[in-house]
Amino acid sequence: MKLSVWTYEGPPHVGAMRVATAMEKLHYVLHAPQGDTYADLLFTMIERRNKRPPVTYTTFEARDLGKDTAQLFQDAAREAAERFKPQAMIVGASCTAELIQDDPGGLSEAMDLPCPAIPLELPSYQRKENWGAAETFYQIVRHLADKDFVRTPREGRAPRANILGPCALGFRHRDDLVEIRKILDTLGVEVNLVAPLDATPSDIARIGAADFNIVLYPEIADEAARWLERQFKQPAIRTIPIGVGATRSFIADVAELAGADPTPALGDTHSRLPWWSRSVDSTYLTGKRVFIFGDATHAVAAARIASEELGFEVCGLGCYNREFAREVRAAAKLYNVEPLITDDHLEVEEAIAAAAPELVLGTQMERHIAKRLGLACAVISSPVHVQDFPARHSPQMGFEGANVIFDTWVHPLVMGLEEHLLTMFREDFEFSDANGPSHHAAHAPRKPSEAQPAPEEPLVTAHDGAMWTDEAQRELKKIPFFVRGKARRNTEVFAAEQGRAQIDLDTLYDAKAHYAR
Amino acid sequence: MNVATTLPGCTKPAAGPQRPVLRERGQREVFCGLTGIVWLHRKMQDAFFLVVGSRTCAHLLQSAAGVMIFAEPRFATAIMEERDLAGMVDCQDELDRVVERLLARRPDIKTLFLVGSCPSEVIKLDLGKAAERLGARHMPDVRILNYSGSGIETTFTQGEDACLAALVPEMPPSPADTPQELLIVGALPDIVEDQFLRLFDQLGIEHVGVLPARNARDLPAVGPNTRYLLAQPFLSETAMALEGRGARRLDALFPFGAEGTTSWLWAAASASGVDEAHFNAVVAAGRERAKRAIAHARGTLAGKRISFLPDSQLEVPLARFLATELDMEPVEVGTPYLHRAHCARELDLIPPSARISEGQHVDKQLDRVRADRPDLTVCGLGLANPLEAEGLSTKWAIELVFSPIHGFDQAGDLAELFARPLRRRDVLEV
Repeated sequence: MKLSVWTYEGPPHVGAMRVATAMEKLHYVLHAPQGDTYADLLFTMIERRNKRPPVTYTTFEARDLGKDTAQLFQDAAREAAERFKPQAMIVGASCTAELIQDDPGGLSEAMDLPCPAIPLELPSYQRKENWGAAETFYQIVRHLADKDFVRTPREGRAPRANILGPCALGFRHRDDLVEIRKILDTLGVEVNLVAPLDATPSDIARIGAADFNIVLYPEIADEAARWLERQFKQPAIRTIPIGVGATRSFIADVAELAGADPTPALGDTHSRLPWWSRSVDSTYLTGKRVFIFGDATHAVAAARIASEELGFEVCGLGCYNREFAREVRAAAKLYNVEPLITDDHLEVEEAIAAAAPELVLGTQMERHIAKRLGLACAVISSPVHVQDFPARHSPQMGFEGANVIFDTWVHPLVMGLEEHLLTMFREDFEFSDANGPSHHAAHAPRKPSEAQPAPEEPLVTAHDGAMWTDEAQRELKKIPFFVRGKARRNTEVFAAEQGRAQIDLDTLYDAKAHYAR
Repeated sequence: MNVATTLPGCTKPAAGPQRPVLRERGQREVFCGLTGIVWLHRKMQDAFFLVVGSRTCAHLLQSAAGVMIFAEPRFATAIMEERDLAGMVDCQDELDRVVERLLARRPDIKTLFLVGSCPSEVIKLDLGKAAERLGARHMPDVRILNYSGSGIETTFTQGEDACLAALVPEMPPSPADTPQELLIVGALPDIVEDQFLRLFDQLGIEHVGVLPARNARDLPAVGPNTRYLLAQPFLSETAMALEGRGARRLDALFPFGAEGTTSWLWAAASASGVDEAHFNAVVAAGRERAKRAIAHARGTLAGKRISFLPDSQLEVPLARFLATELDMEPVEVGTPYLHRAHCARELDLIPPSARISEGQHVDKQLDRVRADRPDLTVCGLGLANPLEAEGLSTKWAIELVFSPIHGFDQAGDLAELFARPLRRRDVLEV
């Protein structure tokens, strides 16, 4: 058993729901007890979908157990086929139904349903939401793809690609897709199919018609793409176009596979991040410490942007999905940080507190953590909440995505000259750093309340017991809050290295000189 | 289950043929009983709720809370994993380990509820045994109780019922020779509870207990001289447990609106020998305030047709309130479970034209909503936006559970909850 308060991922059948809800004319018959319907609200409320997810729950009760739960499943499946007339169904069990072992796959096979029923085996007690989505998408593709499909020769027609991965409840998938289509359009690449988002089962049948696949979200599409590679000899592009550099690589990769000229796409004049980042106003961003946590794909992309495109210092990097931990470990090496692979948010909170970053890039979990710790934060990955489904176009991918990211990440920070003024005039009673950045109150980090003393300022440090003198402590408080954590941490590490038992004013300024950059 | 007896002095529910109820079974678009933890853990400040379940249970709790309440919640899930089910580890040992860790981290916990879930019920994990064993180890510092909030046994608010029923055996006995005591049953927002206690005090009713108490360790006494008043319509198990301790139910309307609250208070007053003139003098001001507050919404709501989809079991009393005090026309009143005795008076006041339904087959019910085209449909969060997109105005049912709506001084707020979606529909030009 694992003690858990908040979870990054739901159970695997919620992943299957994300795929089913993204698609059209597909129906999911889920063997599940009353109450599992809560998952509908993720789609209707958080994502504001205007339709119910295409899911029929069998809704068994205690009194049905050991009697006729199998019959209940068959009735529900038959009724769903009749009422919704889907082109295909997926059938499976939620965690409780898995225990009663009714075998929805076998039951539906014996029923002579009017449409194909794809059985899903999603082990609820081992796996989680992203895995469930990937497995579901893979099973749908494997069952529905027309395996006899022979591609027409490339001569005399435009190259064709499948875009794989966009899904329901995905972080900015809707908007990313617009950007990717723009790029493909410029390169003269036709889109054969986008899946799962808005695809029907009959669309999936002709998935083999594409020359290659674009895996936008590996967490959802990688497994299916690997099968397609084998089945249809479709190479896959796995470059994730988040950030300017990655978008350029993506364009180059697609151009190469498509035999197209990348120049027009690379010359997109709407790419503003490079100049925004080079303009002198952004100098103050240099070396800002960022802590990054999310799904592996978004976390790795964020680390590259932070380091190469904004000049931040990555002081922490991790992901909650173990399936992709390898990618995060490799990236963490680049930035010389310890990779944090965990789905325990308390562990993430501890790591963030210890790293004392100036900016946290994470999921809605990290947003709450950052709020508690009084740190600036921007969201970069699922799980997300209703405010992360904005009305406006707000992609992460492509050059426009990079523009959005520049704004989103820089916005919560205190700006250049203000930062200096706060340092110079700490004692001004109307100009307190506790108010946060003046340009945007809503995003400003707030100091933890008086009742809940800030964890960042204990009198005795955890490192070696070196004691802060009152004078040094007072001096430390003159440093604005957004760098105070870093200064404190550096000073303590310095004191420990130097074997100083006491941190006085000299230690503070010696450390400052030592870490000067 | 019909345990409620009619007390001397209380009006017997009208005799005659019972009104027909449409009973359906099929897909239910309702929460399971675990959801009650979202408000119960705030109500009982020294209690912690540990769900023994699956990742789905944990996901439900954080999703049902709507926004995550990130002040560290007093609930958590012990998520069962493959090794627990494959018998590689003993679930009871694992539970001991998790509880020890939890109690070490949270020494402020005085009552720990082990809450059963669908998977723990299906594998027959004996949480009663676990509570007994762990209780023996941790009493008197921590009392350990258990109940089931599983979806295979409970619907949404029935979770609170199961939790309170688990508290009843822990209530101290009140001897047979004590004076009559009044017990208010059902979790109420603190502000509402205080209003009621002030009114009882003004009425001169001396011994008033509340279940659940704000501290789960301060349980009121119960015995043959206890007269209890249900503040919520979904507490059938709790009522049965209280009857088992000798307590007797006071029959009344539930305290929604001016009339419901008056009836509810009068049931307590008359059973306590308060005379009618004094009662009227005490409640007059609140009752008038309630009527004035309700009047603001009348223009929007009078004559409008309303359907309730099953959610919290509050549907029947709320439909009565809207019909009798705001002249709304209930079209269908759906409830997950109908307690005929507890709701007898309520049902009598709902116009016969209204269709009462119990249980749910969500697709058939939505077909009826589309055919009926009510002005307002009260439904769960999974259905609200899809119905709005079809052009039907909706009211989130969950807000009725998460807002203070009982009593005189909340009657206006309650009416406003129904009026707001209609006013909003009229005001929007897009």
